[in-house]
Amino acid sequence: MSVSKYDELEKFAAELRKSIIIMNCHAGSGHPGGSLSCVEIISWLYCNEMNYSTENMNDPERDRFILSKGHSCLSLYAALAEKGFFSKEAFKTLRHAGGILQGHPDRLKTPGVEFNSGSLGQGFSFALGCALGAKRAGRKNRTYALLGDGELNEGQIWEGCMFGAHQKLDNMVAIVDYNKFQSDDLNTNITAIEPMNDKFKAFGWHVIEIDGHNFREIENAFTRARAMTGKPTMIIAHTIKGKGISYMENVPKWHGSLCPTGKERECAMRECGCEELI
Amino acid sequence: MENMRDAFGKVLTELAAERDDFVVLDADVAGGTGTYHFREAYPDRFIQCGIAEQNMFSMAAGLAESGIIPIVTCYAVFASMRAIEQARNSIAYPEFNVKIAASHLGLDVGPDGATHQALEDIAIYRSIPKMSVVSPADPIELKAVMPYLLDNTGPLYLRTGRSPLPNVFDENTIFEHGKAQVLREGTDATIMAVGVMVHRALIAADVLAKEGISCRILNMSWLKPMDEAAVIKAAKETGAIVTCEDHNKYGGLGGAVMEIVCEGCPAPVERVAVNDIFGASGEPEDLAKEYGLMPDDIVKAVRKAVSRKL
Repeated sequence: MSVSKYDELEKFAAELRKSIIIMNCHAGSGHPGGSLSCVEIISWLYCNEMNYSTENMNDPERDRFILSKGHSCLSLYAALAEKGFFSKEAFKTLRHAGGILQGHPDRLKTPGVEFNSGSLGQGFSFALGCALGAKRAGRKNRTYALLGDGELNEGQIWEGCMFGAHQKLDNMVAIVDYNKFQSDDLNTNITAIEPMNDKFKAFGWHVIEIDGHNFREIENAFTRARAMTGKPTMIIAHTIKGKGISYMENVPKWHGSLCPTGKERECAMRECGCEELI
Repeated sequence: MENMRDAFGKVLTELAAERDDFVVLDADVAGGTGTYHFREAYPDRFIQCGIAEQNMFSMAAGLAESGIIPIVTCYAVFASMRAIEQARNSIAYPEFNVKIAASHLGLDVGPDGATHQALEDIAIYRSIPKMSVVSPADPIELKAVMPYLLDNTGPLYLRTGRSPLPNVFDENTIFEHGKAQVLREGTDATIMAVGVMVHRALIAADVLAKEGISCRILNMSWLKPMDEAAVIKAAKETGAIVTCEDHNKYGGLGGAVMEIVCEGCPAPVERVAVNDIFGASGEPEDLAKEYGLMPDDIVKAVRKAVSRKL
């Protein structure tokens, strides 16, 4: 890949961060921290990895992306708007009555959204069903699911891990946005999940660990996932919660139900390069 | 007299020969639900999900998204409680075409005891938007309902019992789906029954006829959408209603009928149901006696309802 492609990705990611802050400010609530941590992963998926566009969004052969950590939907909405699924005007309607952008993803209301996620653990299982369905139908498309690290507390995740490995779903890639924080606090203070890598390996998954903000490492991981046969792949992406907005980084309160106000807002807008709320 | 689980397994197998648009999902209870018949005949269309109902339900939604109709099977207590949030959020809310087929209803489960008896499933499933609920009364109705379910898109909860049930219908019965079915006409009261209680209602009506009480009997297989017109018509024309179900008295058939009657045409309603307690181990017939679900109990309830007529 040429350097300019990485530059394009960096630009795309910067646009997503800007959109996340805009949406967050319009809504007055939302989950900025976990939306900012997965921006590079989502940028890669929508720009380079997936066969998914406004042209084929109803085609059975399309690739599927399931945001299992549905509270981070600001990043998904930002990417979908960037790719033309709806106008950025819709950002103003996030979490508002009558709007197309719900507080958590809704496939019936928002073009480009594949699943009604937000109840943790369910998106992962849904993605496994999509992958199994593709295999049964003899289709070559792939399924991607983005999980939160806190989401791994859910027992359903481990039911799904057993199922995915048993069914040899090598057309499925799950990514853990491992930003180390969950709703209330650091994972380590809630329910310890380490050793995460060993856990997924023991459950029969092909495991790759990367820096989730580094496009070269992201590219390498998804390339290796494509080459894998007989096993589903789990990418553990180390990330920073609130990435890109200095005072949000690694601060638990920016997990959810907050939006920057006053000087915080000015600072966030300046840091993401946003001149005004569109 | 055929066992409902055998009837279920066999009808799945027969349908599979005619159409390839569905698969059967199991949570390690194929022996209990009767799907082992299907597994033997169509192993490639049988998906073993293990004892992991939550994953099975959400995963089924993913399969449905891929254009396959998943028939998710497990015991009613797990379908209606362990995996209910998955049924709501993964299946009903996004409107996926998943058929949830639950066996082992109510006290009819018998010796396994309270942890395996589902006395709450009607209340739970009928409160979920977009979800239909149907509970056939005998193997003939079960076989009739299955092709209809596959031909009509949308999330649905199918309740099947465990015990052998006497046939209420003959093989030539024509079923009008979504309608309460008049099994017998009557003028003094209407008995509305579901599932295992339908044949008991017929026995009770015979006893009451000898006393000079003429009962209309409605088979209420469709719990949601419920045939409201038939309920209101019964209230108007017979003036008294008795509901019969192997379910908690709260939130089930009785509760649903009371909602409609109170809104549409007030009339006395008596409920023959489990009186808000957990069951215990025992043979189904013994439990039905202990918890008040026998024909005698229906007879008493009808007498009371008639005496309360407005």
